[in-house]
Amino acid sequence: MIAPIVIVGSGLAGVTLARELRKLDTAVPVVLIAADTADFYSKPMLSNGLASGKTPAQLVSAPREALAAQLGIEIRAGVTVDAIVPTARRIETSAGPVSYAQLVLALGAQPIRLPIDGDGAGEVLSVNTLADYARWRDRLLGARHVALLGAGLIGCEFANDLSAAGIGVDVYDIAPQPLGRLLPPGAAAAFRTALEGAGIAFHFGVGIARVERMGQGYRITDSSGSVRKADLVLSAVGLRPKTALAQGAGLRVGRGIGVDRLLATSAADIYALGDCAEVEGHLLPFVMPIMQQARALAKTLAGTPTAVHYPAMPVVVKTPACPTVVCPPPPGSVGEWREEACIDGVRAIFADRTGKTLGFALVGAIAAKERQTWARQVPPLLAA
Amino acid sequence: MKTWKCIVCGYTYDEAAGDPEHGIAPGTPWAVVPDDWACPDCGVAKGDFEMVEI
Repeated sequence: MIAPIVIVGSGLAGVTLARELRKLDTAVPVVLIAADTADFYSKPMLSNGLASGKTPAQLVSAPREALAAQLGIEIRAGVTVDAIVPTARRIETSAGPVSYAQLVLALGAQPIRLPIDGDGAGEVLSVNTLADYARWRDRLLGARHVALLGAGLIGCEFANDLSAAGIGVDVYDIAPQPLGRLLPPGAAAAFRTALEGAGIAFHFGVGIARVERMGQGYRITDSSGSVRKADLVLSAVGLRPKTALAQGAGLRVGRGIGVDRLLATSAADIYALGDCAEVEGHLLPFVMPIMQQARALAKTLAGTPTAVHYPAMPVVVKTPACPTVVCPPPPGSVGEWREEACIDGVRAIFADRTGKTLGFALVGAIAAKERQTWARQVPPLLAA
Repeated sequence: MKTWKCIVCGYTYDEAAGDPEHGIAPGTPWAVVPDDWACPDCGVAKGDFEMVEI
């Protein structure tokens, strides 16, 4: 019997890889192993599904059985992988050993949790999976006010989603502005003003220090000592790639599982993609890089070694109160932001000394429409 | 005119509106949109869009 290609993880990365691989090779056996239910759902909608009334079930576009049939793959759900034995081309799982011809790690990332004191700290929620979203929607029933830690991209999307659903929200962030380093100061100020106009209260320069149970809700103490009440506390302060499995097998691990442009790890026939993978130093937990990775890796697995390339990949911030697109300059870029006010926002362009555009941030509906114009001018992050 | 929806991010392609930023003129039927066109929001391939009931 031919050992299959084994994909570990049924998130967007694992499933998109299977989908792209099947476009190239309909015969090779593929086994997808998932710790969760392996129903395929829209990940980006976790942070904007509330106001549009999406139940957890409505975010599922293909339940496991349909997905397996559609792709002609075997899916083993509710199975965890405990160890990789690279020398034997085998993984040890909660359902026994599985041999592989090639192994793909699409493990994803877990929410970072900052230390918080108080007897309610253990009830602070994070939302990074469909199961998290179901729990979040459950706990939100009857909630009138939410305390949200983190004013980054996901935090701001949640804040906008809550306010659009008529729920009050206090957002705390130790940074001085929303969206952190994605926005220069003028653009950040415009973004902040627009979200405040939608009823969101920001508290910058402070974190959440204590969460204590109080009646049906919580008493929140921020790091400056101010006290506010909330029915629910949500933490959205970033993601940490899941690297323990790879580390345990002796694979090279940095911030994520280290891979080259073929998405190959340091061990033969083991690949990684998605939020768990650090591709030549780049950790990009967004949809577009996953699509690029899945297409390249599918070709490689189908027999044509193909390096992933990253064009300029603008990220849409799904905040209807202030539509925004960001394309941050690559780390280490030397240059300056130039900001111009638009009718409803700010156009911010990052250029080097010769005037070459290296990144941009478009804040407000009018500026955001210029996405493609500017994206064309930005050089690729990893050239073809 | 029909509407199509990205299975990943929920972006909708409205045939009436097209996607002029990416060279797809208003009124372009889905069948005529090139196969290498991808979701402008998340990069999902044309083949992975679904039709929305209207």
